[in-house]
Amino acid sequence: MKTLPVRATATAGLALLAGFAVLAIVLHLAGYDALLAIGALFRGAFGSTDAFVSATLVRAVPLIILGLGIALAFRAGALNIGAEGQLYAGAIAATWIGLQVGSWPAPLAVAAVWSGAAVAGAMWIVLPVLLRLRFGVLEVISTLLLNFAAEAAVSYAVTGPLRESSGTYPQSDPIAASARLPVLPGSRLHLGIAAAVVLAIVLWVLFSRTVWGFRLRAAGLGPRAAEISGRIPVKRVLGVALLWSGALAGLGGGVEVSGVTYSLFQNLSPGYGFAAIAVALLARLHPIGVVVSGVLFGALEAGAQGMQREAGVPAVAVAVAEAVVIIAVLLAEAAARRSPSRQPATPVAPG
Amino acid sequence: MGVPRPPDGTLTLSLINISKQFGPVAALRGVDFAVTPGEIHALLGENGAGKSTLMHVAFGMTAPDAGRIQVGGRDVVLRSPRDARYHGIGMVHQHFTSIAELTVRENIALAAGRLQVGEVLRGLDLDPEALAGDLSVALRQRLEIAKALATGARVLLLDEPSAVLAPAEVEDLLSRVKAFVRAGGAAALITHKLGEVFAAADRVTVLRQGAVTLRAGISEVTRDSLVTAMIGGPPPGREQGAPSRATAMRSTAAVHLGTVPIHAGELIGIAAIEGQGHRELLRRVVREHDAVAFIPEDRTTEGMIPEMSLAENIALGRDEDSRWTRGPWIMWSAVREHSRGLMQSFRIQATSSDAPAASLSGGNQQRLVLARALESEPPPRVLVAENPTRGLDIRSTSEIHDRLRRAARSGIAVLAYSSDLDEVLELADRVLVVREGRVVEAPPGADRRVVGNLLLGIPGSEAVR
Repeated sequence: MKTLPVRATATAGLALLAGFAVLAIVLHLAGYDALLAIGALFRGAFGSTDAFVSATLVRAVPLIILGLGIALAFRAGALNIGAEGQLYAGAIAATWIGLQVGSWPAPLAVAAVWSGAAVAGAMWIVLPVLLRLRFGVLEVISTLLLNFAAEAAVSYAVTGPLRESSGTYPQSDPIAASARLPVLPGSRLHLGIAAAVVLAIVLWVLFSRTVWGFRLRAAGLGPRAAEISGRIPVKRVLGVALLWSGALAGLGGGVEVSGVTYSLFQNLSPGYGFAAIAVALLARLHPIGVVVSGVLFGALEAGAQGMQREAGVPAVAVAVAEAVVIIAVLLAEAAARRSPSRQPATPVAPG
Repeated sequence: MGVPRPPDGTLTLSLINISKQFGPVAALRGVDFAVTPGEIHALLGENGAGKSTLMHVAFGMTAPDAGRIQVGGRDVVLRSPRDARYHGIGMVHQHFTSIAELTVRENIALAAGRLQVGEVLRGLDLDPEALAGDLSVALRQRLEIAKALATGARVLLLDEPSAVLAPAEVEDLLSRVKAFVRAGGAAALITHKLGEVFAAADRVTVLRQGAVTLRAGISEVTRDSLVTAMIGGPPPGREQGAPSRATAMRSTAAVHLGTVPIHAGELIGIAAIEGQGHRELLRRVVREHDAVAFIPEDRTTEGMIPEMSLAENIALGRDEDSRWTRGPWIMWSAVREHSRGLMQSFRIQATSSDAPAASLSGGNQQRLVLARALESEPPPRVLVAENPTRGLDIRSTSEIHDRLRRAARSGIAVLAYSSDLDEVLELADRVLVVREGRVVEAPPGADRRVVGNLLLGIPGSEAVR
């Protein structure tokens, strides 16, 4: 847990290569010019400073913040699959607050939007936490189902209470200027990137240097041993980790509203909550790794748009690459667990 | 294809000059081992000596690098357990392989591959309609043997079948194996318990570092000669010290087990058969008192976290220790330093304090758990240990015993439960027996028969004044 191990990095690289290879094959079989398409993907993501800063990095921000939240839960042994829903809960809260704070000084307005979004994200996971702790209902299922509920809530909000005053489209009014994040001049990159990096460092320090992080990791890696030998209240650790995980995902939604969209509408997230699972897994749940893999997946999302523009390939095609990356990483982990990476047992206890 | 079984149904299994290499480790080096009808052949050796590998070769689970396997005098190739069963070889594994949700009859039918299993059930003293999951440990063990026999096995390979049984149950098990060989069967018995070897075996083979170090009839060997062959040196001596009870503070009890008071400096042995409530009693002591160190039974799921490093496992349960914790912060460098000290003083062999605990051998893992338990700050007043030497070889076992004795002598009240009655008797100053959740004390100097009767609740046994 000190630095990213070489082996993990190599595995991640190979997984990415496999993802691209399969994507190329699928595109070719579907009758597209695979080389052109993948070239367009790279140009869309890295082709220019603008592509990298305004497309790739902007998309990386929610992926990193949500990826950190997911990594936090997974580390504690809790599978939060509901980051997408928590993002929407955060986005709704952020929009509502952002509409109220027009007269506030900007730092205060942003702080209110962000904390409101984080609290909303945490609230969105309260029910799964209670169900898990009281009745043993698997959080995989409950958090997943609440994604649909959150999307429905967004539909309700933008056609009802939060509908724009002109009433034309199912979307909210733009939030107050004071609640919008400053951007890097000449680009669309907003302050959220700094928040994402700071959060990653904080989480890294928490995991590796604190009692809290140690107990969380112990509860995730060996719940029985943590309970019996570690005297760790594993259930409480699990619940707290899930709440913070929801808070981070909610914050991701708030950052997206205050930094990119400025208003609430359906499909505000192109599936960031799900892609962020891949981000966390590719990073092997390491916070600093999440930043790197978040940028990579941001590049995929950005490149997908370029691919659509230049080669006429539907942007969802990159989902193929993402899926292959996840599967490759999981396979590599399973293989590592099976292979005798443990040192060979000495045949006899040396005297 | 295959070998027609000889008319009398008896078979000799011969493993000839078997070698097997795992990476850099020679697990087996030219081993000969034969199991002949009418005989129980005990296979002894320390952990890692190659016993299990040899049995896996005999059961088609591992392909040897060199050597031949003969059944009934003909060469055979065993590619899988299915091949082995076809040739009349059956195996009883260390872990249970019955399906808990199925009945005894269904489990046997499943193993036999046919529905009519009445002849297997006869003489088994098992309710055919009982669910396997409801059986006691001893009866499940009996079911395992029945399943092996149901496949028509004439050669039975038993991998530490007695590890979980009470003395009377072991006797029952051994008498069933003896009956099997009297009827012309052949059996190989892996065990750590020398008592069982002398009680049941006709012949004994000792492995050390993958090679045979002793092969003899049972009448030609002694306890000492077996131990010497196993560990390649004289038997580890029991460290003698002043009896701990002499120094024990008898005034106040450090802790109670059930209603029985236990004092500082006492080494208490606890005997119980599975499911008598001893585990709940011991764990209540752990939960309800401060300064109780605990060595749980299952080290890899309860005692430590295999994926974490040695140092992290040392910090487990001691993450508020002022030697390395300041407020919310853990100083891992201090934990590592402390761990390196423990690696020295407890002889925990690992590449470094950062090595994953999973990479340690069983004995080293147990020393880790013990070191963590004893070297806490402040030191524990009570140490509760469940099966502290399970699965360990003789040398590690004797070392753990010494550590427990030393802990008692230093004033800790030590409660050691073992499913091996001989271990309890050897180790303890006082022996407590738990039966149906009640704790009774065995009379001073009680032998294994007296304690065994207490274990089984045989009337009159408590009347020994």
